[in-house]
Amino acid sequence: MGNAINSGDTAWVLVSCALVLMMTPGLAFFYGGMVRRKNVLSTLTLSFVFMALIGVQWVLYGYSLAFGDSIGGFIGGLNYLGFSGVGAAPNPAYAKTIPQSLFAAFQMMFAVITPALITGAFVERVRFKSFLIFSLIWATLVYDPLCHWVWGKGGWLGALGVLDFAGGTVVHIAAGFSALAFALAIGPRKGFGKNPIEPHNIPLTVLGAGLLWVGWFGFNAGSALAANGVAVNALLTTNTSAATAGLVWMLLSWLDGRPSPLGLVTGMVVGLAAVTPASGFVTPMAAMVIGAVAAPLSYYGIRFRDKRQLDESLDVWACHGVASTWGMVACGLFATTEVNAAGANGLFYGHPGQLGIQLLAIVVTMAFTFGVTFLVAKLLDWSIGLRVTTMEEEVGLDISGHGERAYS
Amino acid sequence: MLKKIEAIIREDKLNDVKDALHEIGIVGLNVFEIRGHGRQGGITLAGRSGTYQVDMLTKIQVNIILSEHNLDETIEAILKSAYTGESGDGLIFVSPIDEVIRIRTGERGHEAVMYPGDIDERKGRVESKSPGS
Repeated sequence: MGNAINSGDTAWVLVSCALVLMMTPGLAFFYGGMVRRKNVLSTLTLSFVFMALIGVQWVLYGYSLAFGDSIGGFIGGLNYLGFSGVGAAPNPAYAKTIPQSLFAAFQMMFAVITPALITGAFVERVRFKSFLIFSLIWATLVYDPLCHWVWGKGGWLGALGVLDFAGGTVVHIAAGFSALAFALAIGPRKGFGKNPIEPHNIPLTVLGAGLLWVGWFGFNAGSALAANGVAVNALLTTNTSAATAGLVWMLLSWLDGRPSPLGLVTGMVVGLAAVTPASGFVTPMAAMVIGAVAAPLSYYGIRFRDKRQLDESLDVWACHGVASTWGMVACGLFATTEVNAAGANGLFYGHPGQLGIQLLAIVVTMAFTFGVTFLVAKLLDWSIGLRVTTMEEEVGLDISGHGERAYS
Repeated sequence: MLKKIEAIIREDKLNDVKDALHEIGIVGLNVFEIRGHGRQGGITLAGRSGTYQVDMLTKIQVNIILSEHNLDETIEAILKSAYTGESGDGLIFVSPIDEVIRIRTGERGHEAVMYPGDIDERKGRVESKSPGS
C-alpha cells in the first residue's frame, strides 16, 4: 500500500498513549478529593477499574465495534475481534504512518477515560456490582457505536463532515449527558441539599487537575496521530484554552467572594474539555475565546444544576457536557483550513454550513447518550438496584463496599 | 476538691495557651481537636461555583484536671492567652471531678494531679512528692 511507518509519528503517538492513560488516575484523584473521606477509595476505584475493564473489553471487541468495517455507518463489524489483523501495518483510513496497533492502543485510552468521567455523577451511593454491569453495557451500546459514527471509517456522522478533533462528542458530551441521565435515575445522596457535602481533600483534586492538564497534551495533540504542525497547534490551543478558562473562573469566584483553588482547577479542566473538539482546527487566539466563554457557561451551569436540586455530584454535565457543547459550536465558528488542511472552514471563514453539521452532531450525541444511559440505568434500578442501602451509604462505600478505609 | 477545666479555644491559640499554663506551673493537660460552633455560627467557604456556609469549625479543646485552689489563677491565664476580642474566641467550662487515680503509682485525689515543679510545689504547698499509698 506504500504506507511507510514514520518513526517520529510513531514515537509521538506512543508517548501520547501513555499521557492519555495517565489521565484516568488523574481523574480519579480529581474526583477523589471532592468526595467525603469515607468514600475516597470507592471514588478512586470507580475510575481506576476502567483501566482493567476497558483494557480487556477494547481488545476483545470494543475496537472492532468502533473501528471495524462499517455496517451501514452505524457500527463497526467484527473483523478486528481480539485485535485480529490489528498489527504493525498502518490502517490508512485512520493513520497512514503509524502501526494500526498503536492507533488502536491510543483509542483504547479514550475508551477508558470516557466512562470514568461519568462516575462523577453517582459517587458516594452507587452499588459497585450494578455500576460494573452498567459500565460494560455503556461501553458497548453507547461508546463504541458513537465512536464509530464520528471517527470510524464510514461512520455516518463523520461522513457528514462533523469536526470533532479529539472527542467533544464522543468523550465529553457523551460523558456529560450520560452523567445527567444517571444522576436523574439514581437520585441524590442522603442529606443532599440539607447540609453542605464538603470536599475532603482539595489538594488531591488539585493534583488530579495537574495530571489531567499534562495528559491532555497527549489527548489533543496526540489526536493529530502524527508529530506535525497540527499536533503542535493542538497543544497550543489546548494550553491557551485551559489557561484562559482557569483565569476567568478564578475571577468569577473572586467576584463571588474569594479566588477558590477548587474553582481555579475546575476552570482549567473546563477549558481543556471545551477546546478538545476544536483543538486541531482553530488558532490559539480562537482557543482563547473558547476558554473565556466556556468558563462562565460551566460556572453558571453548576449554579443552575444546584438550583434545580439535582445531585449530579461532581458536575460532569456542567464541566464536560456544557463546555464541550460550546467547543463543538466554536469549532463550527472558528475552524479554518489554514490550521488543518484536512479539516474545514467554519462560519467565520466563509462556511456557515459547518455550524449546522456541528449542531446536528451535538443534538444526536446528547439525545443518544442521554436516552440510552437513562434507559439502562432505570432497567438496572428496577432489576438489581443502582444504590447501596441507606446504612451502607451512611457508613461510606470504602468500608461497606470495598472493605478498606483510606485513612486509619 | 478537684476540678476539670474544659477550655475551647482557637486552633492558632494553642501554643499561647500552653505557654501561659506552663508559666504558672500547670504541667499536665490533654488537647483534643474538636469541631463545632457557638454564637459565631460558622464561616463562608469559596467552593467550586459561588460560596457555601460551613457551621462546623475546627477548634481545640484543652482539658486540665487540677485542685480547686489553683482554679482562678489557671482560668486567668487561659483568658489572657486565648483572647483576641473577635467572635470565636471560645468558652471555658468548669466542673467537679469525683476521683483521679494515677495508674503508675495508685495515688488518688490531689496527690494524683501533682507533678515535680508544678504550681503547688512552687508555692510551697507540698515539700516533695510522696511515693504512692
